Amino acid sequence: MVASTNDIVKVKRPDLVLPGETFESVTNIVSKPMEMKLPSWWLIVFLVSISGVLLLKSMIAYLIWEGIGVWGLNNPVGWGYAIVNFVFWVGIGHAGTLISAILFLFRQKWRTGINRFAEAMTIFAVICALIFPGIHIGRQWVAYWLFPIPNSMGMWPNFKSPLLWDVFAVGTYFTVSLLFWFVGLIPDLATMRDRAKGKIRQMVYGIFSLGWRGSNRHWQNYEKAYLFLAALATPLVLSVHSIVSFDFAVSQLPGWHTTIFPPYFVAGAIFSGFAMVVTLMVLARQLFNLKALVTIGHLERMNKIILLTGMLVGYAYGMEFFMAWYSGYQYETFAFVNRATGPYAWAYWIMVSCNVISPQLFWFKKCRTSIPIMFVVSIFVNIGMWFERFVITVTSLHRDFLPSSWGYYSPTWVDVCTFIGSFGLFFTLFLLFLRFLPVISIAEIKNVMPQADPHHGEEH
Amino acid sequence: MNEILLAEFENPNKLLKAAEKLSDCGYSSYDVYSPFPIHGMDDAMKLKHSKLGWIVLCGCSLGLLLGFLMQTFMSLDYPLIISGKPFFSYPAFIPVTFEIMVLFSAFSTVFGMFALNKLPQHYNPIFKSDYFRKATCHGFFLGIDSNENGYDREKLRNLLSEIDAKHIEVIEDDV
Repeated sequence: MVASTNDIVKVKRPDLVLPGETFESVTNIVSKPMEMKLPSWWLIVFLVSISGVLLLKSMIAYLIWEGIGVWGLNNPVGWGYAIVNFVFWVGIGHAGTLISAILFLFRQKWRTGINRFAEAMTIFAVICALIFPGIHIGRQWVAYWLFPIPNSMGMWPNFKSPLLWDVFAVGTYFTVSLLFWFVGLIPDLATMRDRAKGKIRQMVYGIFSLGWRGSNRHWQNYEKAYLFLAALATPLVLSVHSIVSFDFAVSQLPGWHTTIFPPYFVAGAIFSGFAMVVTLMVLARQLFNLKALVTIGHLERMNKIILLTGMLVGYAYGMEFFMAWYSGYQYETFAFVNRATGPYAWAYWIMVSCNVISPQLFWFKKCRTSIPIMFVVSIFVNIGMWFERFVITVTSLHRDFLPSSWGYYSPTWVDVCTFIGSFGLFFTLFLLFLRFLPVISIAEIKNVMPQADPHHGEEH
Repeated sequence: MNEILLAEFENPNKLLKAAEKLSDCGYSSYDVYSPFPIHGMDDAMKLKHSKLGWIVLCGCSLGLLLGFLMQTFMSLDYPLIISGKPFFSYPAFIPVTFEIMVLFSAFSTVFGMFALNKLPQHYNPIFKSDYFRKATCHGFFLGIDSNENGYDREKLRNLLSEIDAKHIEVIEDDV
């Protein structure tokens, strides 16, 4: 279509907030989950999750008591569930930062409906992630060796190791995400303070809202700070998963030693994170009746990103095979043929079907906007992305250069229970968040409503 | 004794116009309160640009420098022979330098913002107004402190009613 410069093509965008809502009704909708009677489903799910936390704790205690031998690690597979779960959880966190920071810089206003939720998910996922490198080191009581702390042995960490870069990357990522989340929460905590009925409630929200009163002199610096944090978090999130991928790519192992890893890992992280946001959001908007603020339009946009990043991941899978062949390096070729046809072929094909085939449904608008379909696909993607890390880690290790050092890795019950327990921790934190903090950014969502424009309703 | 004259306006539009009006009349230390930032309000209040950027620049440079120097010092103080690489392998120091730079920048952003806004500040006379509780939900307020040059309660009251203020009250600060 050729449009002359005089033609202004107006694209009707779907409403970000359903029409008919006012500033007050938005506050009421978001505050409801915090003020209503504790629903019984919440209590049941909470009890299940907290048992997961107990399971996690006992598995960790058993591991520290008994030693790493309780895991299924062997020679040559010296890296198993711990690294797989670590990368899985860190990856899930990345969607939160993408939504809160990158979409903010791109002025994607639809992010306001989901950013608080996704940021919370980031923080809880990173907490789960941080447990695994902490406990996999064997002698957990010297975990402080990871940090540059002066000690009586006069030792310092090795700054040439990607594993140490990871400590700094993930540590910074967690801290910055927490700061970003807290800054975003301040105005909403003030809202909760001002509508609190009980004294304790008012005190607690009051303390954490720091005396926020919505002053424009404050908003000026606040908006600037928010912008800076977004601008800092954007390169940070890209760096974190790049550095996570260096854990693999810097080693000289066929299947790991590739330059495609950093972008491939980042795309995969965003892919898995968006899937997790969709899984949780579909449930939360239903259970807490947030449909006016998190519309089907929001979910559709997330599904489009899942489709895009799923295609990127699929491209990376293909490109790895191409490079394995094109490099003419027999070990690299073997590693990839072995991935698709060897003893772990089952894991490889689960990964491909979940990550590459299942998101293809999202080409169709009917599927993108259907709650049951997107829920199922998002679960598939979560499973597929866990298997991706499993495939990368285990298949590259289990066939060493010499057939005499070939092996097969299977997790033990301790591995599996630790992983299940980490879900318990994630959901425990998430349920507490759903109950005690505003799950949608009240101040930000008001800002994208048509009434918020100071020239709203004026004649032009 | 200080006091604050607090006026409520119906919507962002009227609040913006009220701020413009007060600025035009020469008032400068009043403030407006709204549940979300209002586009164009900084200009209406004739506020200067935020200084936060300079604070972040300082934090960023400090992090960059400290991060790099820390690694250089530690790698030389406790030399580890890794694949025959030099002890001062500066390309390998880049990722950690970057992370520490971002960490310092983020801290200076958040704490710089707190400092500029004088937060936390749990006491403020304006909280004495029950009416003001709406400011974090759906109320749009304008407050003038009696420290303002040329503060005259009655004159301001008239001015505010002229520009459509819905509700005007005086808050006394007895501290």
